[in-house]
Amino acid sequence: MTSLRIFFVGGLTSYRALFGWLTPWIFIPTLLVVPVFQILLFAYIGRAANLESDGFYVIGNSLQSAALPCVFAMGHTISGERYQQTLGFILTTPAPRLPLFLGRALPVVANGVFVSAFGFACGVLLLDFDPPLSSLAPLLLVIVVTAVSCTGLGLLNGAVGLRIRDTSILSNVILGLLLIFCGVNVPLDELPGWISTTAQGLPLTHGIEAAREVAGGASLASVRGLVAMELAVGAAYLVAGLLLLRYFEEQSRRQATLERT
Amino acid sequence: MRSLRLLGYGWAHHFKIMSRDPFNGFLAVTWPLFFATVAFFMFRTSGDAQALFIASLGATVMGMWSVTSTSAGAAMQRERWHGTLELLVATPVHFSLILLPITLAMSTIGLYCLVSTLLWGRFLFGIDLQIEHPLLFFVAVPATIVSIGLLGFLLAVTCVRYRTGWALGNALEFPVWLVCGLLVPITLLPDWVRPISWALAPTWGMNAMRESATGGSVLPDVAACLALGLGYGLAGVLVLETVLRSARARATLSLT
Repeated sequence: MTSLRIFFVGGLTSYRALFGWLTPWIFIPTLLVVPVFQILLFAYIGRAANLESDGFYVIGNSLQSAALPCVFAMGHTISGERYQQTLGFILTTPAPRLPLFLGRALPVVANGVFVSAFGFACGVLLLDFDPPLSSLAPLLLVIVVTAVSCTGLGLLNGAVGLRIRDTSILSNVILGLLLIFCGVNVPLDELPGWISTTAQGLPLTHGIEAAREVAGGASLASVRGLVAMELAVGAAYLVAGLLLLRYFEEQSRRQATLERT
Repeated sequence: MRSLRLLGYGWAHHFKIMSRDPFNGFLAVTWPLFFATVAFFMFRTSGDAQALFIASLGATVMGMWSVTSTSAGAAMQRERWHGTLELLVATPVHFSLILLPITLAMSTIGLYCLVSTLLWGRFLFGIDLQIEHPLLFFVAVPATIVSIGLLGFLLAVTCVRYRTGWALGNALEFPVWLVCGLLVPITLLPDWVRPISWALAPTWGMNAMRESATGGSVLPDVAACLALGLGYGLAGVLVLETVLRSARARATLSLT
């Protein structure tokens, strides 16, 4: 019961705190305007170079935009607490860490889903992207799974925040690598072999592939393997993140480096 | 002379600080490289060597603008956080002479982006750097940097009453990349976008660099770029006068 309370009440408090910080003056420019213009930029590059359809870029970049809040916000769960001098208080509580951090991940996933769905909607309105109505529900499922998967990577990023001072730089680097590696704008088979191999172990890759197939008319059943793979990759990062959090927490207690600023 | 000395010292001072700052130094150089890499992969797939080369030039201007946009949006707020904004505004020299070197230093960091992007393209993608008019290229680059710095100055003074100016600067990064034709020909964009492109100095800076590389006419583009830069500077000074007068009258400079 205590764990459930920490998960839901802690998650809700975190959600309210997140939106206290993410005022519309920050939320709209960074999480709505930036992704939309990223979609437009790559769609127009695709047109200029006579490559893929607009839909290819709308799907890739909209799903990649889910990673934006997921990676940054989860990174901020640690560095933000340290900045506000509450990290020590949180880590001295006896609260189990699993519901504590997973509760914080819940609103981040919701945020990622919203940002990604907004990108898809703008793609329909502004570009030549018209997915069949029957694909909308499976697409939404793929968006949710991808956001969960990216949040797993974000938790790993947050755990590293117990060791490094500034997670924002690391978050930007992670986003940039996802952009290159995961077939967001270039089909995986046109990327160098080592990049497409690495991409198999990254969030986004399988989600993007599944979304492209679904938008092309495939049924959810036919992409269930890709969706399951995306979820498995995300779960692996989530577990790695929780283990790393535990390890760094112990290390920071031992070496008195928790408040490293 | 005194103003020039202040501009020079201010520029060198802030350039040194930013060069050593991980966010303005390391990330400012690497962030546009991620996008340049994707663009290189895309244009390489198309098999058009000329388009790939032009994309590498465009990617250098992308870097210059990226460095400037986010940092310029946050320039005033950073001084506010440091508690130095009131002190700087109260100094006997005009505040524009203090703010302008900051944004010029930001766009000068773009030189790192230029070098890193061209080297990245050369060694990883085999893009040959063939400049028909090297001398004019070295005229076009500083003109672009100065005009982007002045655009950053205008952005910085516009954000004086905006606590989260960095977010606005961040949001303007992609639109300028797109509208100024850095990777996509402007002719491909809707007609109504073109007047916006013409009003933005990076468009003319990019044109000048492209023309110097392909052997076209460079100086008209350089002149347009510098003229727009001058316009941004003058507009920035006028806006600054107005907002500072208002902030003094209402005691709102610190936004607390």
